[in-house]
Amino acid sequence: MDSIIEISLVLLKGIKVTLIVLFFSIIFSTVIALVAGLSRSSSNLLLNKFTGFYVEIFRGTSLIVQLFWFSYALPGLFNIHLGSDIWAGILAISLNYGAYMSEIVRGSIAAVAPGQTEASIALNMSKFQRMRMVILPQAVRMMLPEYGNYLIQILKATSLVSLIGLTDILYYGDIYRSTHLSEAPIVYLLVLIFYFILALPLIAFTRKMEKVSKKGVAHG
Amino acid sequence: MTWSWEVFFEVIPIIFKGMWITLGLTIACYLFAVVFGFFWLLLDRVPLKAFRWMIKWTTEFIRSTPPLVQLFFIFYAWPMVPVVGVSLNPFTAAILGLGIHFSTYLSEVYRSGIEAVDKGQWEAATALNLSTQQKWLKVILPQAIPPTIPMLGNYLIIMFKEVPLASTIGVVAMLHLANDYGAQYYKYVEPLTVVALFFLLLSYPSALLIKKLEMKFNRRFDKKYITES
Amino acid sequence: MSEPIAKYRDVHKSFGDVEVLKGIDLDIGPAEKVALIGPSGSGKTTIIRLLMTLENPTSGTIEVNGKNLWHMESKNGLVPANEKYLREVRGDIGMVFQHFNLFPHMTILENCMTAPIHVKKESKASARKRSLEMLEKVGLGDKVDLYPSQLSGGQKQRVAMARALVMRPKIMLFDEVTSALDPELVGEVLEVIRDLAKEGDMAMILVTHEMDFALDIADRVLFLNDGVIEADGPPSEIIGNPQSERLKDFLSRFTSSNYSHS
Repeated sequence: MDSIIEISLVLLKGIKVTLIVLFFSIIFSTVIALVAGLSRSSSNLLLNKFTGFYVEIFRGTSLIVQLFWFSYALPGLFNIHLGSDIWAGILAISLNYGAYMSEIVRGSIAAVAPGQTEASIALNMSKFQRMRMVILPQAVRMMLPEYGNYLIQILKATSLVSLIGLTDILYYGDIYRSTHLSEAPIVYLLVLIFYFILALPLIAFTRKMEKVSKKGVAHG
Repeated sequence: MTWSWEVFFEVIPIIFKGMWITLGLTIACYLFAVVFGFFWLLLDRVPLKAFRWMIKWTTEFIRSTPPLVQLFFIFYAWPMVPVVGVSLNPFTAAILGLGIHFSTYLSEVYRSGIEAVDKGQWEAATALNLSTQQKWLKVILPQAIPPTIPMLGNYLIIMFKEVPLASTIGVVAMLHLANDYGAQYYKYVEPLTVVALFFLLLSYPSALLIKKLEMKFNRRFDKKYITES
Repeated sequence: MSEPIAKYRDVHKSFGDVEVLKGIDLDIGPAEKVALIGPSGSGKTTIIRLLMTLENPTSGTIEVNGKNLWHMESKNGLVPANEKYLREVRGDIGMVFQHFNLFPHMTILENCMTAPIHVKKESKASARKRSLEMLEKVGLGDKVDLYPSQLSGGQKQRVAMARALVMRPKIMLFDEVTSALDPELVGEVLEVIRDLAKEGDMAMILVTHEMDFALDIADRVLFLNDGVIEADGPPSEIIGNPQSERLKDFLSRFTSSNYSHS
């Protein structure tokens, strides 16, 4: 029992970094996903192809490879130093999940029934008004459950930043384990429980959104 | 440190050797997950509510926590567990860790496939007086499995991209070789770029293939087809 | 007849290799009530979708209020219309769809108010007042805060009509507005259209399979077959006393009670 408390206190030291990486990765990847998803739904061919290229590159390679690339290769190659490794981690996770999530944005926009666009043309709305008032509100409802699932994926992905030396929950777990080898089972079990506790609100959000998305959408 | 084509071409064959391990590990993990996924589905049919509730939260737990930590648990912690604990080599630990993690996703895929089969099919099978086994083998599964094939394919690609996690417990595949090379010569750009390129070369065509499959199955199994037949 | 409000001149429309309209010439007078009948695939719906600018013609011209729909004047002669021009010309046209196409994320009232506020820049208060009037008119004054999913098909279609009416169109297009409804709900929708027709000041083009309804409210019936207008005249002539074999054949698919009286 004592060791559970002791280990938990050690792991708590890492929660700040995990939460910072999680928070900024969610913000950035959401913005990227919306911009990229709208670009891919646009009729501007150049914008469309360029965004498609970005999406395929980041979906086609592995997040952990991207993470190492941003933290080891990028600084050397372009002499870009992202200040600290935390930004390399956030950037890699955001670009990776931004690419994945842009596909739900694009898919949801495409899934809104064509009759909705026709009705808004018949009411003489402009292209921008059609997107803002009719298509996007319905598309967003459709994407929410999957968005929730991706938030959980992002939480899991934050554990990778320990590999580039950031002091997150897993990092402190590893440190503790390296000096208390026989306590490894309890250490990693507690690390898992920490992540699960952080995931619970995201799981609840996803469940709620599944209910919300069933209402107020005309599927195409 | 700048980009060097010389280094780039030098590391290609080195990384290429790791590709077979990456691919082999992907397939091994995938097969494990495909089989183990059914196992969750079976456990979910045990007629004991408390047990099913436990299974539900166990899978939720596995799904919502980082596979990297699960990998560490199996590799570093499992040998220390009293009585049942055994030491595993990195390769086996990776198969177990990633395999179990993704089996929870695959069981959801199976479930969605089964739930998508029209209720009328069950009723028709009952009306024809088929046995439980016949119902599953002749009526339900032949309709439930094909529509899930694109999703199953997608998970193969997703797992392929998760396999480099195994380098953290010492499986010497592409990423591990790249990092070794980097540490030895302090040249990371080229080997890591080569690894990324290998991933892209393998996963992009596979993704296109799956998109094609998806369209094919959507045509065959759209709602109209199912209700009219 | 006074100056037509809509003019089709040699309009052709193809989808891929299939030519759906093979040269349509048609004038619609202001306040005229026109019923479009014909077998499915004859191009009825395409005629009104062209007018609503949901499709563009492969060749030929369409004018509304003397303005070319799909082409605008520029110093280089006629050029394809841009979005801004289209929005100018289609302001006089409204449409009711077969599948209602209500906005599911808005209440009934919001469905009606959104366009006047954002498209016509009316004040919220006046848009609301007019929306409530129109909803009252279609008999749904007590349902304004419900969502479309809470209504029956017939009620949805009446909301769709109120939504279009709020925009004060000069031409209203009805695309098989009763085809998606359960038989017992058809009457309430036709009743609203009948009332609108009696008011008289709005031109109406109805694509319909309801023969006795067409006979009852239309000033003019067009029989469309295989992409051309085969017959054009008052309903008593076209439906009551058909001349061509094809028209007779088409009408015979509807039970006689549907069109023989009056």
